[in-house]
This record gives sequence, C-alpha cells and structure tokens, in this order.
Amino acid sequence: MSFMKRPKFDLPGQQHNELGLTLQDYEGTMSTLCAGCGHDSITAALVQALWEMSIAPEQLIKMSGIGCSSKTPAYFVHGAHGFNSVHGRMPSVATGAMAGNRDLIGIGVSGDGDSLSIGFGQFGHVIRRNVNMLYLIENNGVYGLTKGQFSASADAGSTSKTGQVNQMHNINAVATAISMGASFVGRSFSGDREQLVPLLKAAIAHPGCAVVDVISPCVTFNNHEGSTKSYTYTREHKMRVTETDLIPVRSEITASYYAGDTYPVRLHDGSTILLRKVDPDYDPTRRNNALGFLERYRHRGEIVTGLLFIDQNVPDMHVQSRTVATPLKALEFKQLNPGSEALSKLQQGMK
Amino acid sequence: MSATQSRINDFVLKIGTVNGTGSASANGLLMKALFRMGIPVTGKNLFPSNIQGLPTWYEIRASHDGYMSYLNRVDVMVAMNAQTYKKDLEEVSPGGFLIYDSTWPRESILQRDDITVLGVPLAKICNEAFSLARIRVLMKNVAYVGVLAALLDIDLKIMRTLSEEAFAKKPKLVESNLKAIMLGYDFAKDNFTCPLPVHAEAMGDNSGNILINGNEAAGLGCVYAGATVGAWYPITPSTGVMDSFTKYCEMFRNDPETGDKLFCIIQAEDELAAAGMVLGANWVGARGFTPTSGPGISLMSEFIGFAYYAEIPSVFIDVQRVGPSTGMPTRTQQSDVMLCAYASHGDTRHPLLFPANPYECFAMAVTAFDLAERLQTPVFMLSDLDIGMNDWMIPELTWDDNYRPDRGKVLGPEELAKMERFVRYLDVDGDGITYRTLPGEDPKGAYFVRGSGHNRYGAYTEDSNAYQDVLDRLLLKWETAKTVVPDAVLSKAEQPTRLGIIAYGSSDGAVIEARDLLEEQGIHANYLRIRAFPFTREVMDFLREHDTVFVVEQNRDAQMKSLLMLEYNDIADRMVSILHYNGMPISSDCVVQGVSKHEKSEAAA
Repeated sequence: MSFMKRPKFDLPGQQHNELGLTLQDYEGTMSTLCAGCGHDSITAALVQALWEMSIAPEQLIKMSGIGCSSKTPAYFVHGAHGFNSVHGRMPSVATGAMAGNRDLIGIGVSGDGDSLSIGFGQFGHVIRRNVNMLYLIENNGVYGLTKGQFSASADAGSTSKTGQVNQMHNINAVATAISMGASFVGRSFSGDREQLVPLLKAAIAHPGCAVVDVISPCVTFNNHEGSTKSYTYTREHKMRVTETDLIPVRSEITASYYAGDTYPVRLHDGSTILLRKVDPDYDPTRRNNALGFLERYRHRGEIVTGLLFIDQNVPDMHVQSRTVATPLKALEFKQLNPGSEALSKLQQGMK
Repeated sequence: MSATQSRINDFVLKIGTVNGTGSASANGLLMKALFRMGIPVTGKNLFPSNIQGLPTWYEIRASHDGYMSYLNRVDVMVAMNAQTYKKDLEEVSPGGFLIYDSTWPRESILQRDDITVLGVPLAKICNEAFSLARIRVLMKNVAYVGVLAALLDIDLKIMRTLSEEAFAKKPKLVESNLKAIMLGYDFAKDNFTCPLPVHAEAMGDNSGNILINGNEAAGLGCVYAGATVGAWYPITPSTGVMDSFTKYCEMFRNDPETGDKLFCIIQAEDELAAAGMVLGANWVGARGFTPTSGPGISLMSEFIGFAYYAEIPSVFIDVQRVGPSTGMPTRTQQSDVMLCAYASHGDTRHPLLFPANPYECFAMAVTAFDLAERLQTPVFMLSDLDIGMNDWMIPELTWDDNYRPDRGKVLGPEELAKMERFVRYLDVDGDGITYRTLPGEDPKGAYFVRGSGHNRYGAYTEDSNAYQDVLDRLLLKWETAKTVVPDAVLSKAEQPTRLGIIAYGSSDGAVIEARDLLEEQGIHANYLRIRAFPFTREVMDFLREHDTVFVVEQNRDAQMKSLLMLEYNDIADRMVSILHYNGMPISSDCVVQGVSKHEKSEAAA
C-alpha cells in the first residue's frame, strides 16, 4: 500500500498561525518517496512557508504532472484540492484553473523531466502568460520512477549511477526562465531550508508566475560521486547571491531594513519582499545582468542560488486580458447570458 | 432537367474568383439579395488553403422548395478567374450559362455548343470608371453582381439597401459600389436578353429566417451557455467558433463602465495545452471549452482519457475536415466520429452530439455544457466544415429566459456541513454519477484528482478490485448518458415501408431532398436522424423495424455504421452504407443513387 494517512497528534504548546491552524494542518499524507529524498525536504519547507503565511487551505490548489516530484502535492495541505495531471501538462491545467478562479493560490510542482523535456513548451508558455502561481521545479537531473535515465538538466560530463557519461549540454531551468521573460525566478537547494522557506514565501506572494528551481538530490539514482546533483556536490558548489524575506502586508518596514545592500520590493497586495544582495555585483532586477552572472558562474561550476530575478510590474494573465476582479466561476448566470431580447436584436443584422 | 427550361427560384449560381479580391462581400451581397426576395438560399464556399492569389469559388443554391443540399449542377457560372476558366466552363450543366470577363478574349477555348457564353468586359468598364488600382480590382467583382442582377432579375432596390447597410460608415464606398453595380447592370441590359430563363422572383417571406454559418452559431451558443473560459489553438475550419465567441463576449460581456471582461480567452501554445486549460477551468467550476478539428483531437487525446477517468466536465467542439495534415484541410468530411467516440488510451467512450445545421450548433453548444457537467465527462459536438463555414438559412434562433444551466452534482459548503465526510467517487444515487466539490470553497470538500489510481472514495490506490470498481461504475454512468442525450429525429414516409435511412449532421439536407426524389420513383423510406452517441432507445427500435437501413455518411470507413454494428451486432446485416468522402458536401443525388441502385439489385436478385 502506498497511501498512508499521517497520524494527527495534538501536542501541547503547538504554535498557531493567524488562522488558528497548526503546522500539522498544512501537512498531507505520508510520503512514499525514498528515505532521504530531497523532495521531502522541499515539501517540509512548503508546509512551513504556507503555515507562516496563514494561507487558508481551501484557497490553495496543488497541481502537478508526472514523476517523483509530481507525487508531492499529496504530501502537503490535505485541506486543499489537488490535481495530479498528465506528464508535462501541469502548466495548462494551472492556467485554466487560474483563469476560472483568480482568487485561488496556485502551486504547481514539477520536475526536470516534466518541465524541461516533455513539458518544455508548456513551461515556456505559462511563463509568457505570467499566470499567477508558484511554479516549483524539484530538480534532480534524473528520471527516478523509470530507474535513473539522465534528464535534460543533467550537466555535461556528469555520470549516471551505472557509469555512463552525459555528453549533452544541460537545459538550465533558471536561465531559460529568465530569458523567456519570467517575472520571478529563484533557485535553491533542498538541503538549505533557511534559504528555501523565505524564497518560497516570496514566490507565493509574487503577483505572477514565480519559477523556483530547487536542486533536490535523488538518493537512489543520482547521489554518487560523478553526479553534479548530489548532496555533496551541491553543498560544495552552491553560492548564495541574494537572501530574501517576505514582510506581510500589515508590518511596518523600518529603516533598518535598508541597511547595506538590502532593499524592499513592494508587491501589489501591499506585502514586501526584502531582498539582500550577498554579492554586490549581482542585480536581480536586470535581466541581462542576471543572465551574464549566471553564465559566468556556470563556467566556474558554481551553482548560484537565491532570488535571481524579479520584475513585479510584468502584467499577469488576468491583467493582460482585463478580466473582471470577481472569479469567473463566481459570476451569476444572468451576468453571462445576454437573454432573448438581445438575441432577437442581434439577429436583425443576419437578415 | 435542362437549364434552358424556364426555372424560377430553382438554380445553382457558381462564381469563380481569386482569393483576396473582395469577392466574398460581392457574393454575400448576391446571397442576401436573394434571401430578402424571400427565396430559400444556401451558400457554399470552396476555397484553397491560401490567403491571396489562388482560385476560390462560391456557390449559391436558390430553391423554392427550401432544399439546402449541395447539388452537382451549375446553371449559371461566373468565371472571373482566367486560371480556372477551362474547368469552370466544363462544369456548367447543359443548357446553362457562363459569364466571363471579355476584356481579354478567350475564344480559342470557348468550345461548348450546349451552353450560352456571355462575355462582359468587366475590367475594361471598371478601369474606365475608377482610377485607383485596388478599387478597380474590387469593383470588377461588384460589377458582376450588377450583371447578375440584370440576368437573374434581382431586385435593385434591395441591392441599394444592402450596400447602404454594409457601408453605413463609409458613404463613399456606397456610391462606388452602386456605380459598379449599375455599370454591370446596364451593360447586361443593353447587350443580352434579360432576364435569363433561369432567374429569381420575389416569393414568400424570409423575415422569420436568418443567414448564418455554424461556427458563428456555435460560438454564440457558448456565450449563451455561460461559458467563461475559451482555450484554443487556431485550426481550420474551427477558428470561426472562437472568433464568434470572442466577438459576442466583447459585445455582451464587457462592463461598459470599467472595461472589465466577464470572460477569459486563451490562445494556447498547442491543442494539448488547450485541452489542459479546459480541464483546469472546469475543475474549478468555470464553464470552459475548446473548438478544434481532427488533428487537434489527436493531440488532446491524452487529456481526454484523463478527464474521462477523473470525471472532469469538458466541452470539445470538433469542426471536422478532411485529414490528415496539409492539402485538403479546407474540405469537409464526417470522419472524426470513431476518433471522438473512443478518444484516448485505455477504456474510454464519450458522448457525441451531431448538429445538422447552424440552428442546432447554437442549441447543442448549450446542451454540450449541460451534459458535460451533469455527466462529469468530456462531451463532443461534432460539426463539420460544411456546417461551420458555409452560409445557411435557418429559422431565427430563440432563447428561453427561464433556462438555467445544469451544473450537475456539485456540493457547496452548506451541503458539506451536513455531511460527516465527503468522498468523491461514491455512487450514492445509483446512476453512476457521483458528487464533486469545487476548489476554493471548503477544506472539507478537498479531494485529489488523479488518473487510474483512485478508488471510489477518491483515495490513492493500486488495488485491482478498487480500480475495476470505478471502471465498472463508469459503465453505469454511460447507461445514464443514454437517457439524457438528445433523442433521434424520426421522419416517416407517406406510406408504410420496410426501408429506412439513418444519417446525421450535415448529411441531413441531402437525405431530405433525396427522399422526395425517391418518392417520385416510388421508393419510400423512413428517416431517422441520429443526434447523439450513445444511441438513444429509438435508434434500436428503428433498426429493428426495418429490413434494410441505409446509413448515409461522409467518410470512407462507414464510421457511424461501425458504431451501430458494435451496439447492435445481431442486426448488423440489415445496414447498407451510402458513403461520400471526396471532400465536397454530400449531394442528394448521391443518396438517391445509393438507394435506387441497391433497390434495383435487390429486385433483380
């Protein structure tokens, strides 16, 4: 059996968020992924982020494609509707769902195979439409469920568990997203919860398609020497260029936030992403600077992490379409149906 | 029947022009003028896959008896295109007339004694009267309208009114249009005997009718059904459906004060994405749909199977065309019946609706959404290029203001509050249809949509019995579908007969006319028009009540007959196919020949 309900404990002294919910209220069923899988750490970070943000579970929709990563929506927020769709097509389901109800908070979980191979087209176009959602890529460089084939994100020269050397250049999820016009792009590591939780919060708050690529080692098929997606390799080569924090709507931003290379990015809902540049050369508000920086460090074999690019002024799908503020699914039928009189009048022109 | 006989309001007028020269508006003017004279008319486009420069034809059939079928007959041909002149000449029926632009003589190939060829120097006349090059080209096409007005005795007053209506905002164009019409009209009056034996005459009253194509009607139907999300990828011949939906949404769903739009139209990156968007929208409770054609259905098939098993309402409008790929996509066929009936991998079957004309495209678009939500499954409306892109005269569309959409079994927070626990796929009512909830409403209603790995409670499973349990319950739902899809339409012959005809969709017009022609030969046949799959009760009754049932369809492989054989294999031998599949709409002749040939061979045997 690969479905297990998580036991619920009522621990004394548990913390409650603004909705009076505990961290447990943001959990899902037990994970059936391998012990030590990076994906489970990402799920835990997501639970933490959503709980901290006091997001009502029913306001959330969780969507995915196919693969190990795509199983994870079952493992968080059991009170939210989920949609485990078909391979590489999560973005289109998310687009339709967000079109139908713009008040929902959309989280799409994908993997490197799901987004960079079979779903590469949909990955590009959901970014282009700037659908308001978190687009999470749990990136391990391999196909796990089919036993360890290289994915398109595998680095040239890295080796598989059976010793094969990958010859092809990889598809870099973050550079691709930035060059395709993404409004929010971040990268992190499943083992770096301190960085990941605030980055996810900022991504969820961002009013557009926020792509977060998380290096998430596959303990079974891609954690050996020669892999460039292993725990050891990632720990040794990751390099933070920015740090983020999400300041909720009601909080006052004091002068101390502006110290040094820290500056606030105001979001339309009134909340603020505080962005601190660790590397002074990095400018996450300029597309060409970000891309150039990523390319330079890729040559050095460094994995640049943090909030890599943000432009909160790119209009999202509904702004582009000038859709009404009320979710379409909540409109009354009489608002949608022109009625018999209008039909009769219209047909005068068809005679 | 020879065209030289005096025939009033019973003719086929065919006009051959070049794509992109404004001939569409000239032809529309002719069509509408005949319509306003009270004459039943239909207009068929025969056009290439091209934007400008290739030959294109428009055929108007005037029929005082109200027949809408395509005919293999041309009484009056206007051959404006030198490139196709020889072919156009050959196509004219004996006794017919051919009009051509005699600015450049074509005597060497004018070799038919059995038709009358009328030369009109259209280019010369227009070049003398108009100075701008583009206007000269456009007005040449308007001038043949004037020639036809004289030859066919079309009311000039109506022509004037129509021109004024068409260019209400450009009075200068009205003047040049009318000038060109009169140039042609006067030339014909001065040089030929007008009118021709074949001509028009005011009759009846068309005020209760409209001219419309099926795509326009289908798009309008989606607006009236309350669809809010339209996702699509451009593909001929379905593009007009989304054009229409867009146009009428802009007209009716635009907040005049704020400019806010009460709809969201997404041009997807491909049909796979369009299908995913439709599923996403319906999952959250918005009515979403996609218009497409055969190749699009192929690409959408993975999602279609997913929606079948996960039970997500979704509406697919398939405007069928000839397949595959390039060459014949601008020609019509009914060749996606099998594809849609069982689209996708695994065990799947889907309700199909078959509109026969634009009137039904409008009505069935609404039915499609109701069925999709009631049955929680993909529903297909199968139109075709003939219905979708040609001009049809139909009774005015009507709307019942008491109509409310059937949203099916949806539980909201109030109902959930009364329940101990919500489960997604449990058949509480015994009709195979289970209850669903919408995201964004209540955490108690949360469930996880996934493919084959779910049990009746909506929980993940890889248990064989639990899987089969769901698959079997879907069959029960299919039985329920049979009771709610539109019934078939029966039309009895004047006297009792053991002969039957089954047809669907755009083959209807050909069968209606063919039955009258067959009656003249003493052959009587009852007629059942199928409007939906799964088949309703009367389809089986009809098959059992007749010894021979002709199944008329526009595809090579007898796809509808195959579906009928799968359902009623014990009486499969009484079905006889009449097939038409060259890309042109089916004609009544085809049906007449199919039936009479079979009857003669039966009599001889």
